[in-house]
Formats: sequence, structure tokens, C-alpha cells
Amino acid sequence: MALLRITSPHTQRAGRRTSWVMQMVIYATLPGIIVQTWLFGWGTVINLAIAGVAALLSEAAILAMRRRPIRFFLQDYSALLTAVLLGIALPPTVPWWVTVTAVSFAIVFAKQIYGGLGNNPFNPAMVGYAIVLVSFPVPMSQWLGVSSVVASGEMLSFSQSLQAIFHQLPVIDSYTMATPLDGFKHKELLDSQSAFETLPALQAASIDSWLWVNLAYLMGGLALLWLRIITWHTPAALLGALLVMSGLFYVFDTSNAASPFFHLTTGAAMFGAFFIATDPVSSCTSNRGKLIYGAGIGILIYIIRTWGGYPDGVAFGVLLMNFAAPLIDYYTQPRTYGHKKAKTGLKIGGDH
Amino acid sequence: MQTAQVFSFHGGIHPEENKTQSLQLPLGKPSLPKELILPLSQHIGQASVPLVAIGDQVLKGAPIAANNGLLSSHLHAPTSGTITAIESRPIAHPSGLSDLCIVLQPDGKETWTELKPLPNWQQLDATEVISHLADMGIVGMGGAGFPTQVKLQGAHKKPLSHFIINAAECEPYITSDDTLIREKTRELVLGIELFQHLVQAEQVTIGIEDNKPTAIAALNKTLTECNSKIQLVVVPTKYPSGGERQLIQLLTGQEVPSGQYPADIGILCQNVGTCVAGYEAVYLGKPLISRITTLTGKALNAPQNVDVLLGTPVAHLLAYADLQEKQLNRLIIGGPMMGYTLDSAAVPIVKTTNCILAANKKELPAPAPEQACIRCGMCEQACPASLLPQQLLWFSKSQELEKAEHYNLFDCIECGACSYVCPSSIPLVQYYRHTKSSIRDAREAAVKSDLAKQRFEARKARQDAEAAEKEAKRLARQQASASKAVQTKKTAPATKTTEKSALNASNSEAAPQINDTTKKLKVDVAIGKSKLKKLQKQLVEAQEDERLEDISALQLHVSEQEKALVELETELAKAVKANPTKKPSDTPDNSVEKAKAPANDALKKAKIDAAIAKAAVKKVEKALKKAEELQAPEVDAIRQQLADAKKRADELEKVLDNPSPSTPPTEQKPAVSAAQLDLASQVKKEKIAVALAKAKINKLNKRLASSPEDAETVSKDIEAAQQQLVQAESLLATLIESQHNSQETS
Amino acid sequence: MFTVLLAIGILVVLSLIFGGILGYAKVRFHVEGDPIVDQIDALLPQTQCGQCGHPGCRPYAEAISNGEAINHCPPGGQATIQALADLLDVEAIPLDGDHGTETAQRVAVIREDECIGCTKCIQACPVDAILGAAKQMHTVIADECTGCDLCVEPCPVDCIDMVDVGITAKNWSWDKPQGVAAQSLNIIATDRSTEVSQ
Repeated sequence: MALLRITSPHTQRAGRRTSWVMQMVIYATLPGIIVQTWLFGWGTVINLAIAGVAALLSEAAILAMRRRPIRFFLQDYSALLTAVLLGIALPPTVPWWVTVTAVSFAIVFAKQIYGGLGNNPFNPAMVGYAIVLVSFPVPMSQWLGVSSVVASGEMLSFSQSLQAIFHQLPVIDSYTMATPLDGFKHKELLDSQSAFETLPALQAASIDSWLWVNLAYLMGGLALLWLRIITWHTPAALLGALLVMSGLFYVFDTSNAASPFFHLTTGAAMFGAFFIATDPVSSCTSNRGKLIYGAGIGILIYIIRTWGGYPDGVAFGVLLMNFAAPLIDYYTQPRTYGHKKAKTGLKIGGDH
Repeated sequence: MQTAQVFSFHGGIHPEENKTQSLQLPLGKPSLPKELILPLSQHIGQASVPLVAIGDQVLKGAPIAANNGLLSSHLHAPTSGTITAIESRPIAHPSGLSDLCIVLQPDGKETWTELKPLPNWQQLDATEVISHLADMGIVGMGGAGFPTQVKLQGAHKKPLSHFIINAAECEPYITSDDTLIREKTRELVLGIELFQHLVQAEQVTIGIEDNKPTAIAALNKTLTECNSKIQLVVVPTKYPSGGERQLIQLLTGQEVPSGQYPADIGILCQNVGTCVAGYEAVYLGKPLISRITTLTGKALNAPQNVDVLLGTPVAHLLAYADLQEKQLNRLIIGGPMMGYTLDSAAVPIVKTTNCILAANKKELPAPAPEQACIRCGMCEQACPASLLPQQLLWFSKSQELEKAEHYNLFDCIECGACSYVCPSSIPLVQYYRHTKSSIRDAREAAVKSDLAKQRFEARKARQDAEAAEKEAKRLARQQASASKAVQTKKTAPATKTTEKSALNASNSEAAPQINDTTKKLKVDVAIGKSKLKKLQKQLVEAQEDERLEDISALQLHVSEQEKALVELETELAKAVKANPTKKPSDTPDNSVEKAKAPANDALKKAKIDAAIAKAAVKKVEKALKKAEELQAPEVDAIRQQLADAKKRADELEKVLDNPSPSTPPTEQKPAVSAAQLDLASQVKKEKIAVALAKAKINKLNKRLASSPEDAETVSKDIEAAQQQLVQAESLLATLIESQHNSQETS
Repeated sequence: MFTVLLAIGILVVLSLIFGGILGYAKVRFHVEGDPIVDQIDALLPQTQCGQCGHPGCRPYAEAISNGEAINHCPPGGQATIQALADLLDVEAIPLDGDHGTETAQRVAVIREDECIGCTKCIQACPVDAILGAAKQMHTVIADECTGCDLCVEPCPVDCIDMVDVGITAKNWSWDKPQGVAAQSLNIIATDRSTEVSQ
């Protein structure tokens, strides 16, 4: 009788593997991808395809170099998830080499160099995004507008999207426009009210399109919450902090600040809150830690949006808080059963 | 009955319960197995000490092993029969290792020993009842097997606010407590009341999960019938609500402080099985010899609960529950969450075995390969102790023991909830168990190395002190020797005269004070002896250091001192004669003593020599055997050696058989014995040399055997060593001869 | 000119202030460090076996602090080498085979009926773990024995055995799990060395 001898427990929650978690997150982005495609054309889908191939190839290559089982690690879907998040975040018409650079940098330098899945201190997708944002500011700032507000009055067709990504589309300028955040950032001397009246990027059609995108990601995020893949702490704290910050400044400086609703429904607010900040590897672990971590990102997003050099601040906010995550973790350990107080730091014997 | 407040605890999981399978059939009663195997360690603490020997006939319920120390338990014969063995057998333990067991062959008669119930327990002192429970071998039957008497005594530390009876049985598959409550409701209630009488808690609560409606109804009915004050609290089904600490939190809202026991906060927890066992021990006088165990799993055709005798092999029960051999993939003692796997079904049921889970491959598939931890935090949400399992995993993997401890690793109850929910299939519990034992080992090693260091340093300090003392003495001697060279002749007579004068003085004293004189004389003799000894020592040291002038001076000194001593002794002898009331034994004749001592010494030495010689013979015989096996060329040489060694051993034995006269004549002069002593020591040295040479040969032979490539050099070495040996032996022979002669002459 | 002097003056004042702060910090937050020899000694296994070529653990600790290699301690094995490497911030090197090999924890046992009471082992034992007197049978106090082997050689009648402290149900423990993708680990040289050093 060859009996199995292993340690307890002898049973596991069926089905919920790491690959399942990754797949669910990918599926949860689907509503957002659909809305983005509907609003901004096929560019997002093409980007996703390029990113997916680049991610799998670079992951396989580095695994081969590290002499790890390639199949085993590709099956965890983590590389694909990074690719999906990046493909969503990049502008729909960004040249293919920007996508490839972003994705391969994310996989090779932000993830595998640190030891692969589970060992990366920074969110790989955001590292990739930040690298191309800093390196190629021009293609990264060209975002397509919705058909009703761009000069051409129509959307890019599939072939046009392909052309824009793989060659150059000379007429691309007539399809692109500033995002609402970009527009608001460059309102120059206008006060808020006149900016919302005059700037094309801040017209109802443009703002609504971003509202739809954000609502779609909120939906996906709620699905993840329902599946208990993420907890409410990080998104709630992030959105709450963003709300509080924008609310405060809106109350005190109505003429120059945008409303909290505007901040919560444009840019990558929802996408960042539910899909980027909740990356478990690089974020805080305890519930209290997640609250602090999320709030920190929310505050940083507002700061970067309002006073920083870039229109949106999710990537940098997340990366900056990634730095702080271990420190936060040290000071937010939960109180263990039977202990009067939670331990902090790494002080030995500080339990009284 | 008022409904009590139910609190909650952090985390917890809801695994599939799988409890109905084993509740389909009524409580089974398996037949007697061919033999019962009773491990001596069925509980936490020291193993019991067997009271029986192989071949003994025992009656059912008779004690067969007694407790060993405070934290231990008694063990009783589960049936009548014969003890066939007390030996190492595989036991129910995750390691699959064996331990000492008593094996009992039942005679099938089930003859009970005389039962001694305690009908008047209510009038008795609590300690008496508790010691009766100890005699009946009652231990905690929930899992750990903590001796009940220790737990009950511990409960007296503080006034008890709660006495909690654990009937939660939160592990999937297990239904033994459920069955026990259904079958023995009245006994359970009486048992609880018995324990309550012993501990006098303010509130008695039974905690039971809401997935046992039949048991709850039965309990409710009995409690109302008895008009009992016991409270029944139904808690929601959630694993691990049956953990002692979790149940306490559920029922009282209090947490047991880390590293302490429930008794420290005035709470006592007992399993239902223990309460029933307590009832049977006190009301019926029955020791703990059987228990209810669940047999379940898809590899069994007839899963059920059985009332089984302790020591019944698992295989016997599996056969009883109609095992399908081919289906069996994993055999688990306990439940799927905290149980451990068995290698073989030969292990016996013990006091804590609540379930045997015979699972097939589909039911409990092999775990998926471990993937990287993505810190998803699902484990943290599930942990009932509010730990950070992912951090603990990190520290366990890198063996950062201090950090793991800082993150409260020792508050982990190993419930397995974290591993259960882990999407990466990381065997978290195994990591924690390994790290916990690493920490414990490191602690033990630290204590041990500290102790070793202390002892080493103490030894060094002692040796240094000895060396310093020697050095100081040597210096003093050197200084003294300079002046001594001049003074020796003067001082020696002087001491002599003083001694003589003292002697004269004592002589001149009155006869009635003769006792005093003898005493004084004795003291003088003792002083003289010690002086002589010191001088002799100095002489030896001087000889060793080759200081010629000192030697002559000291020799002179020694001989003078000896003379003085002899005089003193004769004086003493006279005094003793003059005082005949003294018993002869009280007046040891020193010359006789002196002569006797070396004789005894010689005898001892001869014995030791004989022992060495015998050892040598043994060794050579061994070497011979080996050499013969290897067909080595030096077989003959070794044979020769063996013959020599045997001869020598015989000689020594002879010496031993005809020892020198044990009471040599009193006229024997110390010088003769000294010569003998000298000779003897020489003989000994030579013998040791011989032994060492032999050992060397032996070692060389071994080396020869192990490394045939250096055969030449080694065999050369052997020859050289043998030559040495022969020389040493011839020297020894002459020495022994001379020793014989000297003994004969004396 | 004045500006230059002013700048120099300000710098001087600043340096004085910061120097003062630093000086204060040194006194105020002074940490009494363990002398390095004590720290090294604390990591050594204290078997006092002398396999490193020094008469005890402390002398070896002193030798290490004077630059001797850290891999001369077989009883401590790779774990001790790793700990020493961490402490001294040097590379962990494999155990030097010349000084012996790492063995399981052992304890000396005297076959008592063969003992002749020569006291040679008592003198050899570095931790006074052997009990006995001249011409009396000796015995090892198992709890105090460090398994150093030093008593085996001097015994004239070879009656001392080194016995492995076996694994029983009481001291058994679970192995460390093999980790992620364990099946591939045996081919990666870098992983092997880290596995050893743990």
C-alpha cells in the first residue's frame, strides 16, 4: 500500500488557484476594454495583443535564461495580466515599439530581475508605464478623442489603427485630442468655470466618455470584490482620499480646482483603484496597511494631477507608495490573538 | 434557559463538512483483534512505565503501565489476556516512527478486574477524586491528550469563571463527539456535573456547532429533564471553532493570552469525551480503555462510528468498515484539516484517536505543486489567530527565525486554514512546523552550548589555578633550595630533637593521661606521615626536574623523616600496649597498614592488568577474525600475538588467583614494599605500553582492511609495532618474574 | 571680498554647529558594542572539540577575529559558517574538509564493563562531562557531552563509542518544503548554494 504522506491540511479550496485569480482579474478588465474599444477604436485591442505576445515572449526568454520551467510559470497568467494592464493604460495609437518596450521592461526588469512572481517590490505594469511615459512623452500624450469631439468627426477604423501603430498615420492629429485631465492641467490662466466652457477636452462628450470608462472599471472592480479576490480597503481608501483631497481644495478654491466628481471619473482613477493599487505583491498586506497605502496613493494622485508635471498620477502614486509599503507593513501588523497590543517594526520583544 | 451571547473570532473557513457519511450506520462494535498494541506514550508528557512483564496474564481494566512523573498517565488493559511483548512498534505519529508499546493478546474472555467506583464522590475531597481520575488513566480526548488530572489541578490556580465543554467538533468528516453525545447524553451530563463539582466554576457552558441538530436536541432534552444549570450554546459552523482558544473566544469573548493557558484567565475547557470518561471512571470505576472513533472516507464501504478498544490496529477497523484496498490513497488519523497521514495500517488506536479517514484519490487529491506567494492576503483573512501568514512564510523560507518569532509564529495553532485557502498551494503549515522546530532546536542548542561554554571555562579556570599553584610552589622551592643547601643539616636534627623532646615530654606525663599521649602520638605520627609524603613528592618532582643537589638533600631529608616516623610509631605501639583498653582496631599498626596497602594495591593492579590483558585478547581475536576473513598475510602473526596475549592473560589470572599474602608479616620493612610498589608501577607502565602497542597494531590492521592500497606501508608499520610489542612483552615478562620473586621473598 | 569672507565665515559656523551635533550624538547615542570576539564565540557551537586546531572555541573565535578562515568548524557545519559570514560580512565558503566533516549530533558512551578506570578520558574531556575516579568505572553524562570525540583517542582499552543521537518520535520534526518549482532546482548552481547556506 503506497500511501501518500504529507502534512496537513489534506484538503484545499477547490479551483481557486493563483492562475484562476489572475484570469479573474483579466476577465474583470473586460467591461473596461469593451468600453474603451467602443469609444476609442480598435487601438486598445491591438495594443493588448502586442502586449500579450511581448509579455509571454520576454517572460519565456528570461525563464529560459534563469533555467526555470517555462511552462509552469507561464501557466500562472501573471505575465499576461501585466500585459493586459499595460495595454489598457497605454494610449490606443501608441507605436508598437513603445508597447513592446514597456511590456518587456516591466517583465524583465520590474519582475524577473527581482526573482519573478511574488518577489517584485514594484508594480511591474506601472514600472513599464512610467519608463515609456518618461522616455517617449510625445506618443504617450496622444490620446484619441471620441468621434463627436475630434476634428475629423469620426473614429479610427481597424486598419487605420493598425497603420497608426505599425507605421505612421499622418492624419493622426485630427483624431487625437487632450484627455480631460490633460486639458484641465493646461488650462493656463483660465479659471475652472471658463475652462469647462471653452476647452474642447472638457466638453460634456469628452468627460462623459471617460465617465463611461471609469464606470466600466468600477464594475469590474466590484466583481473582483464580490469574488473576494481583492478586499475593499485599498480601493476605498484610494478613492476616499482622492475625494477628500479634491473636495477640500474644491471648497476652498472653487475657481481653480475641479470638482471631486471630475477627479473620480476621469483618467485612471477607477482603473488604478481597483486594478493597479490592488496588486497584492507590491502593496501592503494587513488591512490597516492597505488603508494607509490606498490613501497615500489617492493623495499622491491628487498632488501629481494638480501640481505635478503629468496630467495623471496613478503610475507615480502607486510606485511611490510601493516604496513605502514595507515600512507601512512594519507598523500595521494586526494584533495577534492573545496579545494585548499589535507589534510594530522589527523590535524583538516589544510585546506588552 | 436564556440564550447566551455568541461572540466571533477572526478568520475561519467553511470547508465541505462531509459529516453525514459516517452517521448513516449506528454505533458499531468491532470484534476483538488478534492483538492489542498499547503505546506507552498516548498523551502529552512523559511516557508511562510498564507494570507488567512479558507472559503476564492481565484482566480487563487492570493497570499495565503507571505514570512517570507529574505530567504522565496510567494505562490499563483494554481486555483480559496475555502480555506477549513489550517492544518498539509503529505508532500513530506523523513521523511514522516506532515507539515502545505493550502488546496484549486477548484471551477472548473479557474478564473484568475488580472495579472500584467512587459512589460517595460528592463527600470526598476534590483532590481525592482527581487522583482517582488519574488512576483511571483519563486524558484529554479532544486531540492533544493532556492528562486530565493536571488540567483539573491547574484550574485551581484562579477562581473559575467559565467551565466550557467542547462539543464543537469543527473538523470535517469527524462525527465521534456527535455520536458520543447522542449515545451517552445522560452520562455526559453527569460527567460534566462531576467535573463542575471538582472545579466549582461560576458558569458551565457546552459549546456545540449548529450542524449537529440531533445531538443538540438530545442534550436539550436531557438538560431540561435533569433541571441542570448547564448552558447549551449553539455556535455557527465555522472551522476552527472547536479549537480551544477559538471556542473560548466564541463563548466568552475573552482571549487566552499568548503563551498562557485558559486556566490563567479563569477558564477550563474539556472535551465531551473526557467528561464521559470521567463519569465512567467515578460512577462505574471503569478506566479509560475504549473510545468512540469515526471511520470514514470514500475508500470505506461502510463508514461509521465505532466503540473501539484502545490498542486495536487500524487495519482491523478498516476491515470492519469494509475497506476497498484499491481505492485507498491516503490514510489519515484525525480530520482532513489537522490530521496526519499514516504509512501503515498496523498502528493502533490510542486515547486521542477521534477519526480514521481512508480517502481515495478523488476525495483528497494530491496537492498541486507549490507556486510563488503573491501575497494575496487570503491566508490573512482566514487566519483565526490574526497572524500574517504570508510574512511568516517569507521568514520561514529564509529561515529568519528571530523575525518569525517576532511575528508571533508561536501563536499559530496549525489549524491549516491558511493552507486551505492559499491559491498558490503553498504548504504553509509545514513551513511553520519546520520553522517552529528550528526555533526550538536553536534554543536548545543555545542552552547546551552555553552550558558547554560554562563548563569549559570552569575547567580552564581550574586548570589555570592548578598550574599557577604548581608554578608558585616551584618558585618557592627554588628559593628555599638555595637556603636549604646550607640549612638542611641543621634543621633536620633540630626537628628530630624537637620531636624527641615532644616524645619525652609525653612520656614523662602521668600514666592516667595515657589516652592523651596515644592521641598526641597518633597526631604526631599523622603529621610525620604527611611530612614524609610531602618530602617524597618533592623528591619525585626533583627527580623529574633533574635537580641533582636537591635530590640528595631531599633524599637525606626523607630518610631522616622516615626514621623519625618509625620511632614515633614504635613509641605509639608502646603507648597502645600500655593502654590495653583500647580496641585493636582503633590502633592501627602502621607498619602493618603500610605493608597491607601495597599488597591490596598490587591485587587491584593485577586485576586491572588481567582486564587489560583480556581486552587485548579479545581485540586480537577480533583482529584475527577479520584477518581470516580477509585472508590477510599477517594471520599467523596475529595468531602468535593472540597466543601471547592469552598466555599473558593466563599468567595474570594466576597472579590474581594466588595473590601475595594479604597480611604480610609485621616485620616487613616499608622499603621492601616500596620496592614492590616501584616494581608494580613499572610493570603497569610496561603493560600499558604493551596494550597500547597492541591497540596500535589493531588500528593499523583496521586501516589495512579499509584501505588495501597502502597495504605495504601499513604492514610495515604493523611489523614495527609488533616488534615493539615483542620487546615490551619480554620486558614485561622479566618484570613480572621479578615481581613474583619479590613477592615470594616477602 | 566681503562676500567671500562671509561665505567662509558662514561655512565655518555651520561646520561648528554640525560638528557639535555630531559630537553630541556620538556621546548621547553611544552603543556599547559587543567585542567582535564575543560575538563570534557566541556563534560557535562550543563543543570545544579542537578540530579547528585551536584548544577550544574561544581561541578559534580569537583566531577568526585575527583573520583565520571561518570554515574550520565541523561541528557547527554550514549553518555556523553562514552565521559567521553574516556577522563578519564575508562570503560563506564550504567547510574545510581538512578539519573534519559535518556529522550528526553524537554523544560518547563508555562501555562500562570494559572501562579500567584510567581517568585518561576524564582529563581529555573539555567540558568535564565524564564522571569517575581513578580505578573506578567512568561514565559519560550524556546531557553534558558535546560529542567532540576527544575522549575516544586517549582510551587505552578502546571502550568509548560515539553514538548518534537518533531521531525519536519526541524530537522528530517536519522537513522544510521544497519550495516553488522544486523539480527544477537541482539544475541551478546558484540555487544549490543558497539552499546549502540556509
